[in-house]
Amino acid sequence: MNAVEVRSLSKVFNAGRPNAVDALVDIDLSIQPGEFVSLIGPSGCGKSTQLRLIANLTEPTTGEVLVNGKPARQARLDQDYGMAFQQAGLFDWRSVAKNIELPLELKGWDKIKRRSRALEMLELVKLSDFAEHMPWQLSGGMQQRVAIARALAAHPPLLLMDEPFGALDEMTREHMQAELLRICSETSTTVVFVTHSIPEAVYLSTRVVVMSPRPGRITDVIDVDLGARRDVETREADAFFKKITEVREALRGLAAADPSLEVEPALGVEDR
Amino acid sequence: MFVLALVLVAVAWELYKWLGPQDGGEVFGWKILPRANDLAMPHVWEMLSRYADPERRGSTSPIFFAVASGAWFTLRLALAGFAMGTLVGLGLAVLMARFKVVERGLLPYLVVSQTVPLIALAPLVVSWGGKLQIGGFEWPRWLSAAVMGAFLAFFPVAVGTLKGLTSAPPASMELMDSYAASWRQTLFKLRFPAAVPYMIPALKLAATASVIGVVVAEISTGLAGGIGRLIIEYARQATSDPAKVYTAVFGAAALGLLMVGIVAVADLRLMRNRPREAVE
Repeated sequence: MNAVEVRSLSKVFNAGRPNAVDALVDIDLSIQPGEFVSLIGPSGCGKSTQLRLIANLTEPTTGEVLVNGKPARQARLDQDYGMAFQQAGLFDWRSVAKNIELPLELKGWDKIKRRSRALEMLELVKLSDFAEHMPWQLSGGMQQRVAIARALAAHPPLLLMDEPFGALDEMTREHMQAELLRICSETSTTVVFVTHSIPEAVYLSTRVVVMSPRPGRITDVIDVDLGARRDVETREADAFFKKITEVREALRGLAAADPSLEVEPALGVEDR
Repeated sequence: MFVLALVLVAVAWELYKWLGPQDGGEVFGWKILPRANDLAMPHVWEMLSRYADPERRGSTSPIFFAVASGAWFTLRLALAGFAMGTLVGLGLAVLMARFKVVERGLLPYLVVSQTVPLIALAPLVVSWGGKLQIGGFEWPRWLSAAVMGAFLAFFPVAVGTLKGLTSAPPASMELMDSYAASWRQTLFKLRFPAAVPYMIPALKLAATASVIGVVVAEISTGLAGGIGRLIIEYARQATSDPAKVYTAVFGAAALGLLMVGIVAVADLRLMRNRPREAVE
């Protein structure tokens, strides 16, 4: 059974009106359990919309989305996925631990079970000392880690992330990417990750889905075979830069893997 | 700071009394400067010393006790009015937040309700109350005054809470959707906590409004025992004893401050864990 199955999906905003916009056209995508799939593309290519469709935060115009073999709506009702946004979106009036407990509270877990799960999650994101802190006392990176802990608190098999590190500085960002890979491998979570950073997509993913705008569609799917274990050295390996080049060219709509096009290593770090 | 401001007001009062014209003054032919004689503007110490004087000739209990017991009577009515008004206001706000249609239909009427003169309404409420018979329940007179307090108090609570309930960031609302949270869960876990910074100032307005409502109702319905009645009674004696009415007026002001103080304590308690700039 696929973790996510998207079949001939399309989404039209303002359908039937003069200002109708084809946000997504004819999307097909299958994601296996344990995969880390990034959706990448310029602004307006519908990558966030696609994530929101998988999350059932909006309804498709045509086509269908299955999560864990269930219709997306049922999957949302069953809390089969956790979600993290660009803004950590923690509740100011709740302590860090209480924020992580939120999804469990909504599921009706009892207090003791909730608390022990929250502490377990805090250990996973290495913030055990901050359980009773208030969110505004934490740095941006720490807040985002709490948001990830919250998203994974109910141990969902799927994690949906919409540019979660977009507001962080480069150093924190690379650290968070490594942390995310560790967390996902420890919890064997499937991830769908929206980003517009090429190095981020390549470093994190087993597969990069390249999308183009107007109308939003998938133009390329690139397998990233950098191995399961990725660390600081991965970022400096030739294979890493080759993949970055491949994704960049796909984004430019060029024929992929033209050996005459070399990209300088320094370029691998830019792009936002 | 508050005490200092109080002293400054007293000094300004005495200063004008000292410098101002005894029989009022004219500026460009307009009679606008108030009279500074003892009848119109009694000395501050006159007002204060009056608290110790007996309330009536021949009685031994000082005015202070009369004002204090009047204030206590009015305070209880104001608290009842405040509580009723807050409940009604919260209920209306939740209803309006839940159903857009209700907001569009109801909000204009709420605004209109606040333009009805209280003086005209108070006797009506008394007569409606008098006709009301629910089982063995008989409408007590004081309840009409409390209802008038509630009538003024519910409005700021309804408007402030509505604004607060709709102030939750869209991303947080979406998060709750992603958890498949029910409307009720979203209301209590997200909307109400997010509304608190908006509700505090609204509750402060409601607290003072409930005092005003009760005092005006006491005056216009002739309800005895409260500070409103004292103000009327003492004002009638103003020609012979101008300082006396101020004792009751200060009592009413102190009531308002006390009510706001209660809300301020709740504020400190509710907001103790929040960043200072919660409302931008």
